[in-house]
Amino acid sequence: TCEYNYVLSCISCEPRVLSLQNILSLILFLLPASALTTGIYMIFSTKPEMATQEVQPNETLTNLKAESDTLKTKLEDERAKLHDVELHQVAEKVDGLGQFIMKTRRTLKGHGNKVLCMDWCKDKRRIVSSSQDGKVIVWDAFTTNKEHAVTMPCTWVMACAYAPSGCAVACGGLDNKCSVYPLSLDKNENLAAKKKSVAMHTNYLSACSFTNSDMQILTSSGDGTCALWDVESGQLLQSFHGHAADVLCLDLAPSETGNTFVSGGCDKKANVWDMRSGQCIQSFETHESDINSVRYYPSGDAFASGSDDATCRLYDLRADREVAIYSKESIIFGASSVDFSLSGRLLFGGYNDYTINVWDVLKGTRVSILFGHENRVSTLRLSPDGTAFCSGSWDHTLRIWA
Amino acid sequence: MTSNSNVANMRRLVEQLKLEASLERIKVSQAAAELQQYCHQNAAKDALLVGVPAGSNPFREPRSCNLF
Repeated sequence: TCEYNYVLSCISCEPRVLSLQNILSLILFLLPASALTTGIYMIFSTKPEMATQEVQPNETLTNLKAESDTLKTKLEDERAKLHDVELHQVAEKVDGLGQFIMKTRRTLKGHGNKVLCMDWCKDKRRIVSSSQDGKVIVWDAFTTNKEHAVTMPCTWVMACAYAPSGCAVACGGLDNKCSVYPLSLDKNENLAAKKKSVAMHTNYLSACSFTNSDMQILTSSGDGTCALWDVESGQLLQSFHGHAADVLCLDLAPSETGNTFVSGGCDKKANVWDMRSGQCIQSFETHESDINSVRYYPSGDAFASGSDDATCRLYDLRADREVAIYSKESIIFGASSVDFSLSGRLLFGGYNDYTINVWDVLKGTRVSILFGHENRVSTLRLSPDGTAFCSGSWDHTLRIWA
Repeated sequence: MTSNSNVANMRRLVEQLKLEASLERIKVSQAAAELQQYCHQNAAKDALLVGVPAGSNPFREPRSCNLF
């Protein structure tokens, strides 16, 4: 416990130069237990003695490899057995969707550089957005007025999130941290003064989200991990290991469906995690490139992903497999962000070719293309009551569509 | 030395795969039917799907008043 507390103090302290010992402790803490045992042996002993095993390491490795291959095949077989029909076949009897007239209703101008992330406030009108130049802005989307602006000490603020209470925003990026800024009603107050550093990763922060309360934040990072933090103390509550490369996105399950979240990464995998145990419950690897965005279906039984392989895909959690691919030969640029409409019938995808494609989730067809942005669409989210959605782009603007 | 950490990694992978293989799954036909049902049940509330009268969507321009 001493070690634990010491390491926690390393993580939660404000910027300090980490000594080699600190770094070592951090590494040892963050590694899973079994690797930790071997890690300690590797670093501290000149002649590693594996007291726990007397079998030749090579023999065990071969056995384990064989076992893992058998299990992988079994997994594929189990999944294939239940693949009796395609989603779009089931949806053939469903009425097709008519013409959609969705236009830009508001344009939020004010960022001096690429908009990287945005989030809605629960009040359905405020929006927080962050950009490459380090600025985080809170907007009133109805009037397009800016209500707050903070300049972060780093560039590329890739993640931002609104607290459920509407009283704070969290953001982070190349500073490897996630910081929380309480929002003051006093417009003249310097928000930066009240900043609280919550999360500390060893690489860039790619995404962050408050859980059901203002008290906990979930983060994902370029260091390949996700982590759950207590906002007040900055304490690490749970860490999630399993991605083999940068984790780029995460989404929390709708609150009715329990304590899970999904993450997507550069290892082309989408993992579903149990927030309490830190276990990866399910893993999906069908994308052919980095997964930039993941979003739960409104019922919580499925999730969609958008990837650099120019496709969006739908994975059903109870069937434990991919059930739809949303792609066209003419779409060759990556999808950077996805979100569902309120009923889950529509999937909005923001792409690197500056467009937003609207897909019929059930039938698998595209129902509309929305033009307007003058550069990549980097972020996209539905408003809390589903009456509109907001997109942010490298063209420095955000657009509200309805 | 590295072979030992490989063993540890493989053990973890095997444990993870066992966990994933033991999952209870349902047929795609059933899953698809339930997704479809959810869409159907909530379609009426989905403003972007069915559209709402212009006045009630705060982002769409309100109709101008005609005063006689």
